[in-house]
Amino acid sequence: MSLSNTKNLLEVNNLRVNFRTPDGFVTAVNDLNFTLAQGETLGIVGESGSGKSQTAFALMGLLAGNGVIEGEARFNEQNILTLNEKAMNRIRSKEIAMIFQDPMTSLNPYMKVGKQLMEVLMLHKGMSKAEAFEASVKMLDAVKMPEARKRMNMYPHEFSGGMRQRVMIAMALLCQPKLLIADEPTTALDVTVQAQILTLLNELKDDFNTSIIMITHDLGVVAGLCDKVLVMYAGQTMEYGTAEDVFYRPTHPYTQGLLKAIPRLDADDEKLSTIPGNPPNLLHMPSGCPFQTRCEFAKERCGESMPELKEFAPGQLRACHKSVDGWIA
Amino acid sequence: MLTFISKRILEAIPTLLILITVSFFLMHSAPGSPFSSERTLPPEVLANINAKYHLDEPVINQYFYYLGGLLQGDLGPSFRYKDFTINELIAQSFPVSAEIGIWSFLVALLIGVGCGIIAALRQNSWLDYGVMGFANLGIVLPNFVLAPLCILFFSIYNHWLPPGGWNGGAWPYLVMPVIAMSTSYIAQIARITRGSMIETMHSNFIRTARAKGLPKYRIIFQHALRPAMLPVVSYLGPAFVGIVTGSVIVDVYFGTGGIGQHFINGALNRDYSMVMGVTILVGTLTILFNAIVDILYAVIDPKIRY
Repeated sequence: MSLSNTKNLLEVNNLRVNFRTPDGFVTAVNDLNFTLAQGETLGIVGESGSGKSQTAFALMGLLAGNGVIEGEARFNEQNILTLNEKAMNRIRSKEIAMIFQDPMTSLNPYMKVGKQLMEVLMLHKGMSKAEAFEASVKMLDAVKMPEARKRMNMYPHEFSGGMRQRVMIAMALLCQPKLLIADEPTTALDVTVQAQILTLLNELKDDFNTSIIMITHDLGVVAGLCDKVLVMYAGQTMEYGTAEDVFYRPTHPYTQGLLKAIPRLDADDEKLSTIPGNPPNLLHMPSGCPFQTRCEFAKERCGESMPELKEFAPGQLRACHKSVDGWIA
Repeated sequence: MLTFISKRILEAIPTLLILITVSFFLMHSAPGSPFSSERTLPPEVLANINAKYHLDEPVINQYFYYLGGLLQGDLGPSFRYKDFTINELIAQSFPVSAEIGIWSFLVALLIGVGCGIIAALRQNSWLDYGVMGFANLGIVLPNFVLAPLCILFFSIYNHWLPPGGWNGGAWPYLVMPVIAMSTSYIAQIARITRGSMIETMHSNFIRTARAKGLPKYRIIFQHALRPAMLPVVSYLGPAFVGIVTGSVIVDVYFGTGGIGQHFINGALNRDYSMVMGVTILVGTLTILFNAIVDILYAVIDPKIRY
């Protein structure tokens, strides 16, 4: 299954995330498998509700109280899904850090930005206040925060959205974690700021040799940043391969639909191409492939059984009954 | 901040004046007078008394006499307690109520906030239900029921505490008034704290704090407590005024001689200057503590700057 031959930093095996709800059991993430080597970037792509954020929360141990995890996630050979809170706290931020979707609300509005940065270093690195202050200023400089020293004494509301996301990124990188999980880090930002943040992440990835899991619904983000891509739909993996393969040779009807839906500057189409319909309700999943109701190639057998996720070419996996070149007889 | 404080002081003057004017005319438009009840006085005596207190003059003149005295800090003579001025009566009874009040406030704040946090952190557990059940009991149990129950338990069945009196505020005399006074406030504060703590713990920045690997107690005390206290603080201002101006129930049951009795007796006796005196006291304290709440808001929330 492994796409790279180097030793893997993270190996996720058969990860399932279920939620107990008043209306029944909901499976948000269904048998997810992937690997990540040191320095590698994986993009997890999908629509809202596809389970991509819940995957991130499961890895960080931040699931809501009614969430139940199955499977394992081996980080440096250790299954982090079964760790207790205390052991997990030694990994959070120090080994695995996370950047959240909404920088406007993810920083504590009642605490100076500097203190929010410093507490990470004082906790995990045992630094003194003065050391932590200097290290935080340095990190703010690294994320290209102008007048970093002055901004240590400011509150989050005095920062713009892009600046706050820079603070979040700086906060995540303080302990130089081996793995950074970025949950839609640019969704809440406007386009020019998005580009700046992505460039920044790209540079930092090289500087710190950090592995990144980039969760997004924006394929443009994936193209610019990721080595590998995993396409999720309704909690299931649809396609998994190198970014180049998935982008230039997508084989799954869902991936193809997503790529077609990107507006192009060089085409004259007046109308945006869309995938008709909505994702299925996770409470009432159809039998077979979850994408069948929206798939233009759907046949009878798509409603009968969920296609297996199979390697059809070296390093390229897909879950679809339709063969790469057409229907298997 | 200084401009804010001086602005609030300036604003307080017209507010108080309106309060005084409205209550003065409302009270004088009510039927009856301080000397119309109980025994009927000979008309000559009544006329003399009325003349002494300017009650024979038009209400508008009385209003200006009263304002004139007020400007010199004189709340006037009591119509009921003939040898006392209102200043003396308030100076005698307010410290008693304030002492009971401040203790009750501290007890209510400490227990209320504590219970609220515990309930919030153990949301929907037996501990939560237990604490909140107790809090609801405190709200539905009025202090005129609680006060005699206290006396029954602490004084009559067990002889632990004196059933009443004040004795300069010695602690055995304080315990029961403080229990009777603080219970409903404990309950309210616990409910508000629980609600806002639960809300805060679900906010995104708490998730960030958890992702940092901070231990739970640091998340609670360094990240969650401040924002969770905002709704509590806005409740505390008016609550503090209510608590230090005492309660007629406490004064009647425990014979503490606080100011609470004057609210009711002043109104029943048509003791005009007493009603005005306690109205002005409560009004001033209300304005003062609302201003303090506003200042505390700015201290807690950096987004608020005056």
